[in-house]
Amino acid sequence: MDALILARLQFAFTVGFHFLFPAMTLGTSLVILFSETLYLVKKEVVYRKITDFLARLLGLIFVVGTATGITMEFSFGMNWSGYSRVVGDIFGPILAAEAVIAFFLEAVFIGVLIFGRNKVSPRVYWLSALLVFVGGHLSAFWILAANSWMQTPAGYEITATGKIVLSSFSQALLNPSTVIRFFHTVMASWMTCAIMIAGIAGYYVRKGLHGETAKMMLKIGIILFAVTPLVQLSLGHLHAIQVIETQPEKAAAMEGLFETTKGAPLYLAGYVDQQNEKTYGIYIPRMLSFLYNFNSNSEIKGLREFPKDNWPPVNLVFQAYHVMVGVGMLAIFMGLLGLFLLIKNKLFETNKYLYVLPFLIPLPHIAHETGWIAAEVGRQPWIIYKLMKTADGASVVVSANQLVFSLIMFFLIYSLLFAMFAYLFFKIVKNGPEE
Amino acid sequence: MENIQNFQLLWFFLIAFLFLGYALLDGFDLGIGILLPFVGKSKEEKDILINSIGPVWDGNEVWLVTGTGALFAAFPHAYATALSGFYPAMLLVLFALIFRAVSMEFRAHDEGRAWLWEKALLAGSGLATLLFGVALGNVIYGVPLDYKMEFTGSIFTLLRPVPLLFGVVALAAILMQGASYAVLKTEDELQLRCRRALGIILWVNMATAAVYFVVMAFIFPSLLSNALFYVAILLSMLGLAEILFSLRNENDQALFWKSSLFFLGLWIAATAAHFPNLIKSVDAPHLSITIYNGSTTLYTLQVMSVIALTGMPIVISYTIFVYRIFKGKVQARHY
Repeated sequence: MDALILARLQFAFTVGFHFLFPAMTLGTSLVILFSETLYLVKKEVVYRKITDFLARLLGLIFVVGTATGITMEFSFGMNWSGYSRVVGDIFGPILAAEAVIAFFLEAVFIGVLIFGRNKVSPRVYWLSALLVFVGGHLSAFWILAANSWMQTPAGYEITATGKIVLSSFSQALLNPSTVIRFFHTVMASWMTCAIMIAGIAGYYVRKGLHGETAKMMLKIGIILFAVTPLVQLSLGHLHAIQVIETQPEKAAAMEGLFETTKGAPLYLAGYVDQQNEKTYGIYIPRMLSFLYNFNSNSEIKGLREFPKDNWPPVNLVFQAYHVMVGVGMLAIFMGLLGLFLLIKNKLFETNKYLYVLPFLIPLPHIAHETGWIAAEVGRQPWIIYKLMKTADGASVVVSANQLVFSLIMFFLIYSLLFAMFAYLFFKIVKNGPEE
Repeated sequence: MENIQNFQLLWFFLIAFLFLGYALLDGFDLGIGILLPFVGKSKEEKDILINSIGPVWDGNEVWLVTGTGALFAAFPHAYATALSGFYPAMLLVLFALIFRAVSMEFRAHDEGRAWLWEKALLAGSGLATLLFGVALGNVIYGVPLDYKMEFTGSIFTLLRPVPLLFGVVALAAILMQGASYAVLKTEDELQLRCRRALGIILWVNMATAAVYFVVMAFIFPSLLSNALFYVAILLSMLGLAEILFSLRNENDQALFWKSSLFFLGLWIAATAAHFPNLIKSVDAPHLSITIYNGSTTLYTLQVMSVIALTGMPIVISYTIFVYRIFKGKVQARHY
C-alpha cells in the first residue's frame, strides 16, 4: 500500500479512537456540574454521591482521552508535515489557543474534581466542576474551529508564492461551519453521556442496587436522553443546510444524488453504485428538497455538477451518514419512550425497558463516529476544501514501511487501552456509587 | 513593534519558556514515575508517591501540548521537520507518554496488576525523558537538512553521541526534579529514602552537568564569549550547592526550587547556544531552520502574542491556586 493511504488510515484510526473519550467527557462534565449544583443548593447527599461516582468515571475517561489526544497534536507534524508547513499560519494558532485558553483550564481543575473533595470547600469544589465543564467545552470549540476551517476555510489570503496566510483571525475562527458544527458535536457528546448514565442507572435500578442514588441518576439520564436527541435533530438539520450551501459535493454524496434535481428525494436506506452513478434504496420523493427550505421543488445540486476527480467515495459517505441518522432516530424514539414511562411513573418498574438501556450505550458512539466519517471522508479529496489536496499534505520523509510499523503499533497499543478501559469502566460501574 | 523580527524573537523565548515550564513541572512527575520502584517499598508508600503527582500531572502535561502548539503556530517548519524527520523517535515518545499517563489510573483500579502498571510507569517516564533529551540534543547539535527544510538523516543520525549525552543529562536532571519533589511531599522513612536517593542523584548531576558544560563549550566556542553561558554555569552550580547544603541540614522546603535552578542553568546554556536556530543544519549552516526563515507571518505572531501574553498569566495564577490546594505532605488514600 502506498504511504498516503497508510497515513490516512492511521489518522482515521487514531482520531476515531480518541474521539470516543472527549465525547464522553463533555456530557459527563455537564451532569457533574448539574448534580454538584443541586448538592450545593439542596445539600442532599444523593447528589454528592452521583458527582463522586461520575468523577471517578471521568477520571478514567479523561486520562485515556488525554493520552490519545497528544497523538493528535503530534500527528500533524509527524504524518502531515506538508499540511503543517502550509497552514501553520492559521491552523497552528487555533491549536495553540486551544491549549492556553481551554485545555489548561480543564486539565488543572480536573485534578481538584477527582482528588480534592475533602481538600476544598463545597463552593470551590463546585467552581472546579464549572471550570472543568467550561474548559472542556471551550476545548471542543477550538478543535472544531480548526477542523471546520478545513471544511469551509475563511479569513485567509494566498500570497504570490502560493502560501496560505491568515488575514482575519476572527473570520478563520468563525468560518461558515464552526458554530453549527460545535453545537452539533457538543449535543452528540451530551447525548452520549445521557445514554451512558441512563444505561448504568437503568442496570442498577433493575437489579435493585444503590436505591435512591440510582433512581435519581436514572431520572437525570432519561430526561437528558429525551431532550438531547430532539435538539440534535434540529441542529443536524441546520448543519445539513449549511453543508448543502457551502459544500454541495459532500451533501450530494451524503444523499447519493448525482443529477442536479428540483424536488430531490430523501433516501432512508440504500446503496450507491459510484461506477454507474446510480443510487438504489427506499426513498421519500421530494423530501430532501422539502427539508432543505420547506419547498418540495427546490433545486439540490448533484455530483455531476463537479469534476469527477473531486468526488469523495460516495457510497462510504452515504452509508456513514445514513447510519448516523438512523441511530439518531432510534435514540429519539427510545428517549421519548423513557420520558413517557417516567411521566407515567412506570419507569422504575418497566424491566424490559431497563434491560435494554445498557445495550444502548454504544449507539451514540456509532452515531458520532459515522457522522465524523461522513464529514471527513465527504471532504475528500481535499485536506482543506478547495485549497489543498490531501495527497499534498502528507509527510515527504515518512516511508510506507515506517507507517506500516506505526499503524500496527497504534493498533496494538490502542486495543490494549480499549480492553483495559472497558474492564475498568465495568469495574467502577460494578462498585457503583457510595452506599 | 511592527517589525516581524521582534515577534520572532519574542516567540523564540516564549517557546523556550513553555518547554522550560514543561520540563520543570512534568519533570517532577516523570522523575517520580522513574523513582517509584526504587524509593517506594510497600504498596502504601507507592500510593503516597503517586498521589503526590496524581492531581497535578495532567495540568503539567498541558505545558507540552501548549509548547508544541505554539511551535506549530509560530514556527511551523521547525514543527513539521522535527516531528516528521524524527518519526520513529516521536512515535516512541507518544507511546511512552501514553503508558505514563494511563498506568497511574490503571494501577489505582486494577490492584491485581499494580506491579505491571508500575513497570509501565517506569518505562514510560524514563523513555519519554530520555527521548526528549535526545530530540533536543539533535536540534541543537544539528541534523542533516536539505534545501526544502526536510530531514535527510536516519534513526542512526538521531543516536549520535552528543544527542545521547543530552538524553543522559536530561534523565539525571529530571530524576533530581522528581527526587526533590518527593522529599517535599513525603514523611518519615519514605522521605528518608527519597532524601538518600536525592543525595546519589545529586552527585550524578554534578558529573553529567560538568560534562555537559564542557561539551557545549567545545561544540559552540562562541559560548565562551557569551556572558549568559557563565550565568548558566553559575546558576547550575548554585542549585547543586544549595541542594547539598539543604541535604546536610535536612531542610527540604526549597529543595524543589533549587533543583529547578540547576535545570534553569542547563536550559539557559542550551538556549544561548541554539539561538537563533530552531533546527540546526549540521553540515550546511545556511540550511538551518531559524526563527527568521521558519516563522509564520507577522499577523499570526501578533494574534498569538495577544493570546499567550493574556492567557498564560491567568493559567499560571490558577495553577498556583490548585497547587496550594494540594500543598503539604501526602496521604496514601484519596478516593
